[in-house]
Amino acid sequence: MRRRARMGAALFGVLALLASAACSSQPQTNEKQTIKVVYQKTDSFTALDKVFKDAKQEFEAANAGVTVDLQPIQANDDDYGTKLALAQRSPDTAPDVFYEDTFKVRSDVDAGYLLKLDDKLATWSDWSTFNEGAKAAGRGDDGGIYAVPLGTDTRAIWYNKTVLQKAGIPVPWQPKTWDDILSAARKMKAADPSLVPFNMYAGKATGEGTVMQGFYELLYGTGNSLYSESDKKWVLGSKGFIDSLQFLKTLYDEKLAVDPADALDSNVWKKVFGEWLPQGKMGATVEGSYAPSFWQKGGAYEWPGYAQDMGVAMFPTQFGQDPGGVSMSGGWTLAVGAKSKNADLAFKFLTTALSKKNALAFDVDNSQIAVRTDVASDPGYQAANPFVKDVSNLVDVTHFRPATADYPSISLAVQEATEAVITGKRSPAEAAADYDASVRKLVGDAKVIQK
Amino acid sequence: MPDSTRRRAIKHRFLRLLPVVPSILLLALFFLAPVAWSFGASFTDAALTGKAALHPQWVGVDNYARMLGDAVFPLSAWLTVVFVGASAILGQNLLGLAIAVLMGKAGGTMNSFVGTAVVAAWVLPEIVAAFAAYAYFSQDGTLNQVLGMFGVHGANWLYALPMATIILANIWRGTAFSMLVYRAALSEVPRDVSEAALMDGARGWQRLAYITLPIIRGSIATNLMLITLQTLAVFTLIWVMTAGGPSNASTTLPVLAYQEAFKLGDIGYGTAIASVLILIGLVFGAAYVRLLRGEKQ
Repeated sequence: MRRRARMGAALFGVLALLASAACSSQPQTNEKQTIKVVYQKTDSFTALDKVFKDAKQEFEAANAGVTVDLQPIQANDDDYGTKLALAQRSPDTAPDVFYEDTFKVRSDVDAGYLLKLDDKLATWSDWSTFNEGAKAAGRGDDGGIYAVPLGTDTRAIWYNKTVLQKAGIPVPWQPKTWDDILSAARKMKAADPSLVPFNMYAGKATGEGTVMQGFYELLYGTGNSLYSESDKKWVLGSKGFIDSLQFLKTLYDEKLAVDPADALDSNVWKKVFGEWLPQGKMGATVEGSYAPSFWQKGGAYEWPGYAQDMGVAMFPTQFGQDPGGVSMSGGWTLAVGAKSKNADLAFKFLTTALSKKNALAFDVDNSQIAVRTDVASDPGYQAANPFVKDVSNLVDVTHFRPATADYPSISLAVQEATEAVITGKRSPAEAAADYDASVRKLVGDAKVIQK
Repeated sequence: MPDSTRRRAIKHRFLRLLPVVPSILLLALFFLAPVAWSFGASFTDAALTGKAALHPQWVGVDNYARMLGDAVFPLSAWLTVVFVGASAILGQNLLGLAIAVLMGKAGGTMNSFVGTAVVAAWVLPEIVAAFAAYAYFSQDGTLNQVLGMFGVHGANWLYALPMATIILANIWRGTAFSMLVYRAALSEVPRDVSEAALMDGARGWQRLAYITLPIIRGSIATNLMLITLQTLAVFTLIWVMTAGGPSNASTTLPVLAYQEAFKLGDIGYGTAIASVLILIGLVFGAAYVRLLRGEKQ
């Protein structure tokens, strides 16, 4: 017993020591001011890195004594979001300026990570050149603006013209209904059984790609939706949900899409961009307007022939009902950390990074749809790739994800439903019922609406 | 002067304790503190984003109650038991013992060759071993290429048999530890005892079952405890090979805890799962400690 008491005393002493050590750490006083910038960089996404490096040079030259500390995070979208959120939990690690996905803006505002920019934007003359729709991407639930968009995007069908022509399908191709897609895909399969005729992502491995470049194009074309903005409730039990899963099942069961094992590999999109489309092994896929950024000069999968070989088509609604097509939009923003000690300087850096010159460079390099009107009318932007006009027009039929705090878990439930269907574990109706049950559990009965 | 004697005794005691202070300090800081924090967080709705990230609320046992209604949690707990049972208790343990016994009979060259081959997997950092196992089992991996040479078209193992592949990978990676423990234990078995048994006409397997194993019982329990706790915590290997898929078919508790806490940002629920994992570890630990104690009596 005495021995234990002694151990306890020793342990207590240690803890007291730790506590006093923790209290005695003093805030560092630094003559030089530092702006910490956190953003994403991958082997196939270096456009932002380039913009920030240029902006750093520009900014440090204009502001003597200021150091811009660039801290790129090498990770995919999901992991980047996690690492950023972890860094924001403590004022010591929180960045001053950071790259933020539009669909996370509202929940991160709720979490107190983002600084309200209204006062600062009022003094920035360039703010008036941003188009109104894009400005809304950075708006919090209280109506204030918390983030400034870099660019936006849309989703479309990207098809390889030579593959379609070999199967006797005339180009330019524009399917009017889901059945048009299936019949074209079956024709391609008949012409060459080794082909992947029409791919749509599914399963948890591709994360937001599964829903943004796949399931939502289907669901929003059925007349149903994921979330009712007017009721502020999640929609359950819709026929559109089951029909959408059924369409995916048909694609995967008839081997019109990639093998389910490939679909569940998180790197499948690299094969789509890097191998299957350029090598003519894939007929078409649903992908973002940023697709050319991978193929253009300096891209991750350079393919000089993409401008001639590839075509772009609007994703059709289920039976061709109005408005005739569907697209999904996302995009990324820059924001200032709520815990930033140099908020004014941080905002100043943000405006440098988003200046016309830098925004133009980013939109061209990363094949983004411009949100600054002066960039959109720039000849350099319009000539960036042959598809700028086509994908920009899709803004008319586009949808946004519900940017609520519980969206990420709902999205995962959708991804799980698609995975269960393409692997044959559940029928579309069963998977939809599972989805309904998990959404009820996640948000509660008060926040769902039965359609 | 009893007072000064006592004071000297206290001083003596303090001096004796001094050398262990740094290690206690480090343990408290890096081991106890995170465990305590995680346990505390499991009773809140702490999150990575949203309102709960700013002001986490105390939610009592809500997170633990949620596990009961969660379809994935029971599956995940079962997969964890299967993973530990098949890869550690059966696989690593028995294979390690078998190799150790056989090495005791084989010659020096054979021993050093086998020893090196087995230990090589263990020396690799976990992430490297995980990539090696992924490269071996994947669609275009080594296994399918070897099978291809014999005209057999192999399946996509990581997709078709996810549990079997991670179990085999963990056996491959961890057997060396058991082998080393048993090699040491077997060398401690007194020669005269097994020789006496030999004289009495006991066959090889009889000597193993009735003489050797009872003698090294303590080492068996220690080994089982260590490899069980190690295997319960395996994350990198599974995450790299299957990421818990397909459709949660290889989601053990550490993978599930990670998904909930960091993929979905629900730190409260994630830490609750981690706490259950610690509890399972304690149960296993207690069982082995009893086994050890039984041996001493």
